[in-house]
Amino acid sequence: MYLNETPVLSIRDLTVRYGKGCSACSGRADNRDKNRCIACGTVWATDGISLDVYPGEVLGIVGESGSGKTTLMRALYFDFVPSFGSAVLRDYEDGQKNIWEASSAAQRMIKNTVMGMVYQNPVLGLRMNYSAASNIAEKIIAAGSRNAGQMTGRAMELLDAVEISTSRMSEAPKNFSGGMQQRVQISKALANNPALLLLDEVTTGLDLSVQAKVLDLIRKIKALYGISILLVSHDLAVIRMLADRTIVMLDGAIIESGLTDQILEDPQQAYTQQLVHSLI
Amino acid sequence: MTKTTEILRITNLAKSFYLHNPGLVIESCHDINLTLLEGEFIGIVGRSGAGKSTILKCINRSYLPMRGDIIYASEAFGPINLAAASEREILYLRRHEIGYVSQFLNVMPRTTAKEHVMSALVDQSMDAAGSEVKAEAMLRYFQLPESLWGIYPATFSGGERLRLNLAHAMVKEPRLLLLDEPTASLDNKTKLLVRDILKKLKGANTSMIGIFHDIEFMEGVCDQVFNINEGRIAS
Repeated sequence: MYLNETPVLSIRDLTVRYGKGCSACSGRADNRDKNRCIACGTVWATDGISLDVYPGEVLGIVGESGSGKTTLMRALYFDFVPSFGSAVLRDYEDGQKNIWEASSAAQRMIKNTVMGMVYQNPVLGLRMNYSAASNIAEKIIAAGSRNAGQMTGRAMELLDAVEISTSRMSEAPKNFSGGMQQRVQISKALANNPALLLLDEVTTGLDLSVQAKVLDLIRKIKALYGISILLVSHDLAVIRMLADRTIVMLDGAIIESGLTDQILEDPQQAYTQQLVHSLI
Repeated sequence: MTKTTEILRITNLAKSFYLHNPGLVIESCHDINLTLLEGEFIGIVGRSGAGKSTILKCINRSYLPMRGDIIYASEAFGPINLAAASEREILYLRRHEIGYVSQFLNVMPRTTAKEHVMSALVDQSMDAAGSEVKAEAMLRYFQLPESLWGIYPATFSGGERLRLNLAHAMVKEPRLLLLDEPTASLDNKTKLLVRDILKKLKGANTSMIGIFHDIEFMEGVCDQVFNINEGRIAS
Protein backbone atom coordinates (compact mmCIF):
# COMPACT_ATOMS: atom_id res chain seq x y z
CA MET A 1 0.00 0.00 0.00
CA TYR A 2 1.07 3.51 -0.61
CA LEU A 3 -0.48 6.33 1.37
CA ASN A 4 -2.09 8.38 -1.35
CA GLU A 5 -4.10 11.13 0.25
CA THR A 6 -5.30 14.41 -1.15
CA PRO A 7 -5.10 17.16 1.46
CA VAL A 8 -8.38 18.85 2.33
CA LEU A 9 -6.48 22.12 2.46
CA SER A 10 -3.06 23.12 1.12
CA ILE A 11 -1.57 26.51 1.92
CA ARG A 12 1.58 27.73 0.20
CA ASP A 13 3.63 30.74 1.18
CA LEU A 14 0.89 32.63 2.99
CA THR A 15 2.23 36.08 3.81
CA VAL A 16 0.31 38.85 5.51
CA ARG A 17 2.22 42.04 6.07
CA TYR A 18 1.20 45.43 7.33
CA GLY A 19 3.33 48.04 5.59
CA LYS A 20 5.06 48.14 2.22
CA GLY A 21 8.13 46.13 3.10
CA CYS A 22 11.60 47.16 1.97
CA SER A 23 14.75 45.56 0.65
CA ALA A 24 15.95 45.13 4.23
CA CYS A 25 13.08 42.95 5.38
CA SER A 26 11.60 41.26 2.30
CA GLY A 27 12.43 37.57 2.34
CA ARG A 28 14.79 37.84 5.29
CA ALA A 29 14.06 37.58 8.97
CA ASP A 30 17.42 38.81 10.24
CA ASN A 31 16.59 42.50 9.86
CA ARG A 32 13.55 42.29 12.06
CA ASP A 33 12.80 42.85 15.67
CA LYS A 34 10.53 39.83 16.18
CA ASN A 35 8.24 40.31 13.18
CA ARG A 36 8.74 44.05 12.65
CA CYS A 37 11.28 45.41 10.16
CA ILE A 38 13.90 47.57 11.87
CA ALA A 39 14.34 49.73 8.76
CA CYS A 40 10.82 50.39 7.47
CA GLY A 41 8.54 49.34 10.33
CA THR A 42 6.58 46.80 8.27
CA VAL A 43 4.97 44.11 10.41
CA TRP A 44 5.09 40.58 8.93
CA ALA A 45 2.07 39.00 10.66
CA THR A 46 2.65 35.75 8.79
CA ASP A 47 5.60 35.12 6.54
CA GLY A 48 5.72 32.25 4.08
CA ILE A 49 3.40 29.81 5.84
CA SER A 50 2.93 26.49 4.01
CA LEU A 51 0.93 23.57 5.39
CA ASP A 52 -1.37 20.69 4.43
CA VAL A 53 -4.40 19.42 6.32
CA TYR A 54 -5.33 15.81 5.54
CA PRO A 55 -8.78 14.19 5.64
CA GLY A 56 -10.01 13.45 9.15
CA GLU A 57 -6.97 14.83 10.95
CA VAL A 58 -6.59 17.49 13.59
CA LEU A 59 -3.66 19.78 12.83
CA GLY A 60 -2.63 21.77 15.88
CA ILE A 61 -1.00 25.19 15.70
CA VAL A 62 0.80 26.51 18.77
CA GLY A 63 2.76 29.66 19.35
CA GLU A 64 2.89 32.69 21.59
CA SER A 65 0.56 35.66 21.32
CA GLY A 66 1.40 37.63 18.19
CA SER A 67 3.01 34.68 16.40
CA GLY A 68 0.47 34.85 13.57
CA LYS A 69 -1.88 31.99 14.47
CA THR A 70 -5.09 33.99 14.33
CA THR A 71 -3.93 35.89 11.24
CA LEU A 72 -3.58 32.55 9.48
CA MET A 73 -7.07 31.45 10.53
CA ARG A 74 -8.74 34.71 9.62
CA ALA A 75 -7.04 34.87 6.23
CA LEU A 76 -8.42 31.38 5.56
CA TYR A 77 -11.90 32.53 6.47
CA PHE A 78 -11.58 35.54 4.12
CA ASP A 79 -11.68 38.09 6.93
CA PHE A 80 -8.96 39.89 4.98
CA VAL A 81 -6.88 39.42 1.86
CA PRO A 82 -3.32 38.13 2.34
CA SER A 83 -0.38 39.97 0.78
CA PHE A 84 0.84 36.85 -1.06
CA GLY A 85 0.32 33.14 -1.12
CA SER A 86 -2.17 30.55 -2.24
CA ALA A 87 -4.57 28.11 -0.66
CA VAL A 88 -6.51 25.36 -2.38
CA LEU A 89 -9.36 23.26 -1.04
CA ARG A 90 -10.08 19.70 -2.17
CA ASP A 91 -13.78 20.56 -2.24
CA TYR A 92 -13.48 23.74 -4.31
CA GLU A 93 -12.70 23.47 -8.04
CA ASP A 94 -10.95 20.14 -7.36
CA GLY A 95 -8.14 21.93 -5.57
CA GLN A 96 -7.09 23.70 -8.76
CA LYS A 97 -7.97 27.26 -7.86
CA ASN A 98 -6.43 29.62 -5.30
CA ILE A 99 -9.29 30.52 -2.97
CA TRP A 100 -7.85 33.97 -2.32
CA GLU A 101 -8.26 34.76 -6.02
CA ALA A 102 -11.86 33.51 -6.13
CA SER A 103 -14.73 35.97 -6.62
CA SER A 104 -16.42 37.21 -3.47
CA ALA A 105 -19.50 35.15 -4.38
CA ALA A 106 -17.31 32.04 -4.61
CA GLN A 107 -15.66 32.91 -1.30
CA ARG A 108 -19.06 33.22 0.35
CA MET A 109 -20.01 29.85 -1.12
CA ILE A 110 -16.81 28.32 0.32
CA LYS A 111 -17.54 29.79 3.76
CA ASN A 112 -21.10 28.53 3.61
CA THR A 113 -20.50 25.02 2.33
CA VAL A 114 -16.88 23.91 2.80
CA MET A 115 -15.64 25.57 5.98
CA GLY A 116 -16.82 26.33 9.49
CA MET A 117 -15.11 28.81 11.80
CA VAL A 118 -15.18 29.18 15.56
CA TYR A 119 -13.61 32.41 16.77
CA GLN A 120 -11.90 32.94 20.10
CA ASN A 121 -14.31 35.80 20.66
CA PRO A 122 -17.94 34.61 20.22
CA VAL A 123 -19.01 38.16 19.29
CA LEU A 124 -17.24 37.67 15.95
CA GLY A 125 -18.97 34.40 15.19
CA LEU A 126 -22.50 34.92 16.50
CA ARG A 127 -25.29 37.40 16.14
CA MET A 128 -25.72 38.09 19.81
CA ASN A 129 -29.25 39.51 19.60
CA TYR A 130 -30.71 36.75 17.43
CA SER A 131 -31.80 33.47 18.97
CA ALA A 132 -29.43 30.50 19.10
CA ALA A 133 -31.68 28.67 16.62
CA SER A 134 -31.68 31.62 14.20
CA ASN A 135 -27.91 31.76 14.32
CA ILE A 136 -27.81 28.16 13.16
CA ALA A 137 -30.60 28.67 10.64
CA GLU A 138 -28.69 31.58 9.13
CA LYS A 139 -25.83 29.26 8.26
CA ILE A 140 -28.20 26.59 6.88
CA ILE A 141 -30.01 29.16 4.73
CA ALA A 142 -26.68 30.49 3.49
CA ALA A 143 -25.83 26.95 2.42
CA GLY A 144 -28.97 26.90 0.27
CA SER A 145 -31.73 25.26 2.31
CA ARG A 146 -35.15 26.90 2.52
CA ASN A 147 -37.18 24.30 4.41
CA ALA A 148 -38.11 25.83 7.78
CA GLY A 149 -39.19 22.53 9.35
CA GLN A 150 -35.94 20.80 8.46
CA MET A 151 -34.03 23.80 9.76
CA THR A 152 -35.64 23.65 13.18
CA GLY A 153 -34.95 19.94 13.35
CA ARG A 154 -31.33 20.43 12.39
CA ALA A 155 -30.91 23.29 14.90
CA MET A 156 -32.32 21.06 17.65
CA GLU A 157 -30.02 18.22 16.65
CA LEU A 158 -26.95 20.49 16.64
CA LEU A 159 -27.75 22.18 19.95
CA ASP A 160 -28.38 18.79 21.44
CA ALA A 161 -24.96 17.65 20.19
CA VAL A 162 -23.29 20.54 22.03
CA GLU A 163 -25.41 19.89 25.13
CA ILE A 164 -27.47 23.07 25.04
CA SER A 165 -30.99 22.45 26.18
CA THR A 166 -33.44 22.92 23.31
CA SER A 167 -35.67 24.79 25.75
CA ARG A 168 -33.20 27.66 25.39
CA MET A 169 -32.89 27.59 21.62
CA SER A 170 -35.09 30.65 21.12
CA GLU A 171 -33.00 32.67 23.52
CA ALA A 172 -30.31 35.06 22.29
CA PRO A 173 -26.66 34.09 22.93
CA LYS A 174 -26.08 37.40 24.70
CA ASN A 175 -27.91 35.82 27.65
CA PHE A 176 -25.62 32.77 27.64
CA SER A 177 -22.42 32.11 29.56
CA GLY A 178 -19.10 32.19 27.68
CA GLY A 179 -18.94 28.40 27.49
CA MET A 180 -22.48 28.19 26.11
CA GLN A 181 -21.76 30.89 23.54
CA GLN A 182 -18.72 28.93 22.43
CA ARG A 183 -20.83 25.79 22.07
CA VAL A 184 -23.48 27.66 20.05
CA GLN A 185 -20.66 28.88 17.81
CA ILE A 186 -19.48 25.31 17.32
CA SER A 187 -22.98 24.10 16.43
CA LYS A 188 -23.35 27.01 14.00
CA ALA A 189 -20.00 26.14 12.40
CA LEU A 190 -21.14 22.52 11.99
CA ALA A 191 -24.55 23.39 10.53
CA ASN A 192 -23.48 22.97 6.90
CA ASN A 193 -21.47 19.74 7.45
CA PRO A 194 -18.17 21.42 6.60
CA ALA A 195 -15.18 19.39 5.41
CA LEU A 196 -12.87 21.71 7.35
CA LEU A 197 -13.41 23.25 10.74
CA LEU A 198 -11.27 26.18 11.89
CA LEU A 199 -11.06 26.43 15.68
CA ASP A 200 -9.31 29.48 17.09
CA GLU A 201 -8.57 29.19 20.82
CA VAL A 202 -12.00 27.69 21.46
CA THR A 203 -11.29 26.70 25.05
CA THR A 204 -9.39 29.80 26.12
CA GLY A 205 -11.04 31.56 29.03
CA LEU A 206 -13.44 28.70 29.81
CA ASP A 207 -13.41 27.04 33.20
CA LEU A 208 -12.04 23.51 33.38
CA SER A 209 -15.31 21.59 33.40
CA VAL A 210 -16.66 23.55 30.42
CA GLN A 211 -13.31 23.17 28.71
CA ALA A 212 -13.55 19.40 29.15
CA LYS A 213 -17.05 19.53 27.67
CA VAL A 214 -15.85 21.43 24.60
CA LEU A 215 -12.84 19.12 24.13
CA ASP A 216 -15.09 16.09 24.44
CA LEU A 217 -17.42 17.64 21.89
CA ILE A 218 -14.61 18.29 19.40
CA ARG A 219 -13.37 14.72 19.77
CA LYS A 220 -16.87 13.35 19.17
CA ILE A 221 -17.40 15.61 16.16
CA LYS A 222 -14.15 14.40 14.66
CA ALA A 223 -15.04 10.75 15.19
CA LEU A 224 -18.64 11.14 14.06
CA TYR A 225 -18.30 13.33 10.98
CA GLY A 226 -14.67 12.66 9.99
CA ILE A 227 -14.12 16.39 9.71
CA SER A 228 -10.62 17.82 9.33
CA ILE A 229 -9.81 20.40 11.97
CA LEU A 230 -7.28 23.21 12.10
CA LEU A 231 -6.89 23.85 15.80
CA VAL A 232 -5.15 26.96 17.09
CA SER A 233 -4.35 26.98 20.78
CA HIS A 234 -1.66 28.22 23.09
CA ASP A 235 -2.71 25.52 25.56
CA LEU A 236 -0.40 22.56 25.04
CA ALA A 237 -2.70 20.26 27.01
CA VAL A 238 -5.48 20.91 24.48
CA ILE A 239 -3.09 20.28 21.61
CA ARG A 240 -1.82 17.06 23.22
CA MET A 241 -5.37 15.77 23.66
CA LEU A 242 -6.65 16.56 20.19
CA ALA A 243 -3.99 17.14 17.56
CA ASP A 244 -2.48 14.36 15.42
CA ARG A 245 0.23 16.64 14.09
CA THR A 246 1.37 20.02 15.35
CA ILE A 247 2.94 23.12 13.86
CA VAL A 248 4.87 25.62 16.00
CA MET A 249 4.79 29.28 14.96
CA LEU A 250 7.04 32.10 16.07
CA ASP A 251 7.13 35.69 14.78
CA GLY A 252 4.89 34.87 11.83
CA ALA A 253 6.79 31.81 10.59
CA ILE A 254 6.59 28.04 11.09
CA ILE A 255 9.69 27.03 13.02
CA GLU A 256 8.91 23.37 13.64
CA SER A 257 6.34 20.73 12.79
CA GLY A 258 5.87 17.07 13.58
CA LEU A 259 3.79 14.41 15.30
CA THR A 260 2.22 16.02 18.36
CA ASP A 261 3.86 13.69 20.89
CA GLN A 262 7.21 14.15 19.18
CA ILE A 263 6.90 17.97 19.34
CA LEU A 264 6.08 17.71 23.04
CA GLU A 265 8.61 15.03 24.01
CA ASP A 266 11.48 15.78 21.66
CA PRO A 267 11.21 19.43 20.60
CA GLN A 268 14.07 20.53 18.35
CA GLN A 269 13.95 24.34 18.28
CA ALA A 270 14.97 26.61 21.15
CA TYR A 271 11.57 28.28 21.29
CA THR A 272 9.68 24.96 21.28
CA GLN A 273 11.90 23.60 24.03
CA GLN A 274 11.25 26.70 26.10
CA LEU A 275 7.51 26.39 25.44
CA VAL A 276 7.37 22.71 26.40
CA HIS A 277 9.50 23.26 29.50
CA SER A 278 7.13 26.00 30.60
CA LEU A 279 4.35 23.43 30.96
CA ILE A 280 3.17 23.28 34.54
CA MET B 1 7.91 -24.54 14.08
CA THR B 2 10.89 -22.18 14.18
CA LYS B 3 10.25 -18.48 13.84
CA THR B 4 12.11 -16.85 10.99
CA THR B 5 10.14 -13.87 9.73
CA GLU B 6 11.69 -10.57 10.80
CA ILE B 7 9.22 -7.96 11.94
CA LEU B 8 11.70 -5.32 13.14
CA ARG B 9 15.39 -4.72 12.49
CA ILE B 10 17.24 -1.86 14.14
CA THR B 11 20.70 -0.99 12.85
CA ASN B 12 23.13 1.53 14.34
CA LEU B 13 20.41 3.52 16.03
CA ALA B 14 21.64 6.62 17.84
CA LYS B 15 19.77 9.35 19.65
CA SER B 16 21.00 12.43 21.43
CA PHE B 17 19.23 15.55 22.60
CA TYR B 18 20.44 19.08 22.06
CA LEU B 19 19.17 21.41 24.77
CA HIS B 20 19.41 24.99 23.54
CA ASN B 21 19.35 26.25 27.07
CA PRO B 22 22.04 25.71 28.46
CA GLY B 23 23.50 24.58 25.12
CA LEU B 24 24.14 20.98 26.03
CA VAL B 25 24.16 17.70 24.14
CA ILE B 26 22.76 14.73 26.04
CA GLU B 27 23.80 11.40 24.56
CA SER B 28 21.04 8.89 25.13
CA CYS B 29 21.78 5.76 23.12
CA HIS B 30 24.06 4.73 20.28
CA ASP B 31 25.08 1.69 18.22
CA ILE B 32 21.84 -0.05 18.99
CA ASN B 33 21.34 -3.16 16.84
CA LEU B 34 18.60 -5.69 17.36
CA THR B 35 16.30 -7.93 15.38
CA LEU B 36 12.83 -9.00 16.44
CA LEU B 37 11.22 -12.01 14.78
CA GLU B 38 7.49 -12.40 14.43
CA GLY B 39 5.90 -13.68 17.65
CA GLU B 40 9.09 -13.05 19.63
CA PHE B 41 9.44 -11.15 22.90
CA ILE B 42 12.53 -9.03 23.50
CA GLY B 43 13.19 -7.83 27.03
CA ILE B 44 15.30 -4.73 27.64
CA VAL B 45 16.89 -4.15 31.05
CA GLY B 46 19.25 -1.58 32.47
CA ARG B 47 19.62 1.13 35.07
CA SER B 48 17.49 4.27 35.12
CA GLY B 49 18.79 6.73 32.53
CA ALA B 50 20.60 4.03 30.55
CA GLY B 51 18.61 4.80 27.41
CA LYS B 52 16.04 2.01 27.43
CA SER B 53 12.94 4.14 26.90
CA THR B 54 14.76 6.14 24.23
CA ILE B 55 14.95 3.04 22.04
CA LEU B 56 11.24 2.36 22.41
CA LYS B 57 10.33 6.00 21.79
CA CYS B 58 12.48 6.07 18.66
CA ILE B 59 10.56 3.04 17.34
CA ASN B 60 7.29 4.81 18.16
CA ARG B 61 8.77 8.04 16.71
CA SER B 62 7.91 10.03 19.81
CA TYR B 63 11.62 10.79 19.54
CA LEU B 64 13.36 11.66 16.29
CA PRO B 65 16.29 9.24 15.79
CA MET B 66 19.56 10.99 14.84
CA ARG B 67 21.19 8.09 13.01
CA GLY B 68 20.44 4.53 12.02
CA ASP B 69 17.51 2.62 10.55
CA ILE B 70 14.45 1.05 12.11
CA ILE B 71 13.05 -1.24 9.45
CA TYR B 72 9.59 -2.51 10.28
CA ALA B 73 7.83 -5.13 8.12
CA SER B 74 4.48 -3.40 7.76
CA GLU B 75 1.40 -5.22 6.60
CA ALA B 76 0.18 -2.12 4.75
CA PHE B 77 3.39 -0.60 3.40
CA GLY B 78 5.87 -3.50 3.28
CA PRO B 79 9.33 -2.81 4.74
CA ILE B 80 9.35 0.77 6.02
CA ASN B 81 12.03 2.74 7.86
CA LEU B 82 10.31 4.17 10.93
CA ALA B 83 13.22 6.57 11.42
CA ALA B 84 12.40 8.28 8.12
CA ALA B 85 8.72 7.51 7.39
CA SER B 86 6.31 10.40 6.87
CA GLU B 87 4.19 11.62 9.77
CA ARG B 88 1.06 10.40 8.01
CA GLU B 89 2.55 6.91 7.60
CA ILE B 90 3.52 6.80 11.29
CA LEU B 91 0.01 7.88 12.28
CA TYR B 92 -1.45 5.10 10.13
CA LEU B 93 0.87 2.50 11.68
CA ARG B 94 0.05 3.65 15.21
CA ARG B 95 -3.63 3.40 14.44
CA HIS B 96 -3.45 -0.06 12.88
CA GLU B 97 -0.20 -1.95 13.48
CA ILE B 98 1.95 -0.67 16.34
CA GLY B 99 0.82 -0.37 19.96
CA TYR B 100 2.61 1.53 22.70
CA VAL B 101 1.88 0.89 26.35
CA SER B 102 3.25 2.66 29.40
CA GLN B 103 2.11 2.89 33.00
CA PHE B 104 0.84 6.42 32.43
CA LEU B 105 -2.69 7.34 31.49
CA ASN B 106 -3.33 9.41 28.41
CA VAL B 107 -7.08 9.74 28.40
CA MET B 108 -9.33 12.55 27.24
CA PRO B 109 -11.12 14.29 30.10
CA ARG B 110 -14.62 12.96 30.79
CA THR B 111 -13.92 9.68 29.03
CA THR B 112 -14.81 6.43 30.76
CA ALA B 113 -12.59 3.37 30.66
CA LYS B 114 -14.83 1.67 28.11
CA GLU B 115 -15.09 4.76 25.91
CA HIS B 116 -11.31 5.06 26.01
CA VAL B 117 -10.87 1.54 24.65
CA MET B 118 -13.65 2.11 22.09
CA SER B 119 -11.93 5.29 20.87
CA ALA B 120 -9.03 3.22 19.51
CA LEU B 121 -11.51 1.41 17.25
CA VAL B 122 -13.44 4.52 16.33
CA ASP B 123 -10.07 5.91 15.14
CA GLN B 124 -9.94 2.91 12.81
CA SER B 125 -13.40 3.94 11.54
CA MET B 126 -15.26 1.10 13.22
CA ASP B 127 -18.90 1.86 14.10
CA ALA B 128 -19.98 2.48 17.70
CA ALA B 129 -21.88 -0.79 18.19
CA GLY B 130 -19.07 -2.97 16.84
CA SER B 131 -16.42 -1.15 18.84
CA GLU B 132 -18.44 -1.47 22.04
CA VAL B 133 -18.63 -5.25 21.72
CA LYS B 134 -14.91 -5.54 21.01
CA ALA B 135 -13.94 -3.09 23.76
CA GLU B 136 -15.93 -5.04 26.34
CA ALA B 137 -14.33 -8.31 25.25
CA MET B 138 -10.89 -6.73 25.57
CA LEU B 139 -11.56 -5.28 29.04
CA ARG B 140 -12.74 -8.71 30.14
CA TYR B 141 -9.66 -10.34 28.63
CA PHE B 142 -7.39 -8.06 30.63
CA GLN B 143 -9.46 -8.68 33.75
CA LEU B 144 -10.52 -5.13 34.44
CA PRO B 145 -13.54 -5.47 36.76
CA GLU B 146 -16.80 -4.66 35.01
CA SER B 147 -17.72 -2.24 37.80
CA LEU B 148 -14.91 0.06 36.56
CA TRP B 149 -15.90 0.23 32.90
CA GLY B 150 -18.16 3.23 33.27
CA ILE B 151 -15.75 5.20 35.47
CA TYR B 152 -13.25 7.94 34.56
CA PRO B 153 -9.86 6.22 34.85
CA ALA B 154 -8.15 9.11 36.67
CA THR B 155 -9.09 7.34 39.91
CA PHE B 156 -7.69 3.94 38.87
CA SER B 157 -4.84 2.21 40.69
CA GLY B 158 -1.55 1.53 38.90
CA GLY B 159 -2.52 -2.02 37.99
CA GLU B 160 -5.94 -0.99 36.73
CA ARG B 161 -4.40 1.80 34.61
CA LEU B 162 -1.96 -0.60 33.08
CA ARG B 163 -4.67 -3.11 32.22
CA LEU B 164 -6.70 -0.30 30.66
CA ASN B 165 -3.68 0.84 28.65
CA LEU B 166 -3.11 -2.72 27.47
CA ALA B 167 -6.75 -3.06 26.47
CA HIS B 168 -6.56 0.27 24.60
CA ALA B 169 -3.44 -0.86 22.72
CA MET B 170 -4.47 -4.47 22.09
CA VAL B 171 -8.02 -3.84 20.90
CA LYS B 172 -6.45 -2.60 17.65
CA GLU B 173 -4.81 -6.01 17.28
CA PRO B 174 -1.36 -4.55 16.69
CA ARG B 175 1.34 -6.73 15.17
CA LEU B 176 4.02 -5.03 17.24
CA LEU B 177 3.59 -4.05 20.87
CA LEU B 178 6.01 -1.72 22.68
CA LEU B 179 5.89 -1.96 26.47
CA ASP B 180 7.56 0.87 28.38
CA GLU B 181 8.13 -0.39 31.94
CA PRO B 182 4.66 -1.89 32.26
CA THR B 183 5.43 -3.46 35.63
CA ALA B 184 7.05 -0.45 37.29
CA SER B 185 5.30 0.53 40.52
CA LEU B 186 3.10 -2.56 40.61
CA ASP B 187 2.93 -4.95 43.54
CA ASN B 188 4.09 -8.53 43.06
CA LYS B 189 0.63 -9.99 42.69
CA THR B 190 -0.28 -7.52 39.95
CA LYS B 191 3.08 -8.08 38.27
CA LEU B 192 2.28 -11.79 38.05
CA LEU B 193 -1.06 -10.95 36.51
CA VAL B 194 0.68 -8.73 33.92
CA ARG B 195 3.14 -11.54 33.21
CA ASP B 196 0.27 -13.95 32.59
CA ILE B 197 -1.35 -11.43 30.27
CA LEU B 198 1.88 -10.94 28.32
CA LYS B 199 2.27 -14.72 28.08
CA LYS B 200 -1.23 -14.89 26.68
CA LEU B 201 -0.42 -12.20 24.10
CA LYS B 202 2.74 -14.05 23.14
CA GLY B 203 0.70 -17.19 22.70
CA ALA B 204 -1.45 -15.22 20.27
CA ASN B 205 1.71 -14.46 18.21
CA THR B 206 2.05 -10.77 19.10
CA SER B 207 5.61 -9.50 18.62
CA MET B 208 6.75 -7.49 21.63
CA ILE B 209 9.60 -5.38 22.96
CA GLY B 210 9.36 -4.58 26.64
CA ILE B 211 11.41 -2.66 29.18
CA PHE B 212 11.54 -4.21 32.64
CA HIS B 213 13.28 -3.14 35.80
CA ASP B 214 12.71 -6.55 37.27
CA ILE B 215 13.41 -8.94 34.44
CA GLU B 216 13.29 -11.94 36.77
CA PHE B 217 9.51 -11.63 36.61
CA MET B 218 9.66 -12.16 32.90
CA GLU B 219 11.58 -15.42 33.03
CA GLY B 220 10.21 -17.83 30.52
CA VAL B 221 8.46 -15.09 28.58
CA CYS B 222 11.39 -13.31 26.87
CA ASP B 223 13.17 -14.92 23.91
CA GLN B 224 16.07 -12.45 24.04
CA VAL B 225 17.20 -10.08 26.78
CA PHE B 226 19.33 -6.99 26.08
CA ASN B 227 21.11 -5.16 28.83
CA ILE B 228 21.53 -1.44 28.10
CA ASN B 229 24.40 0.27 29.84
CA GLU B 230 25.29 3.92 29.17
CA GLY B 231 23.33 3.93 25.93
CA ARG B 232 24.86 0.77 24.48
CA ILE B 233 23.85 -2.87 24.41
CA ALA B 234 26.09 -4.53 26.99
CA SER B 235 25.04 -8.14 26.57
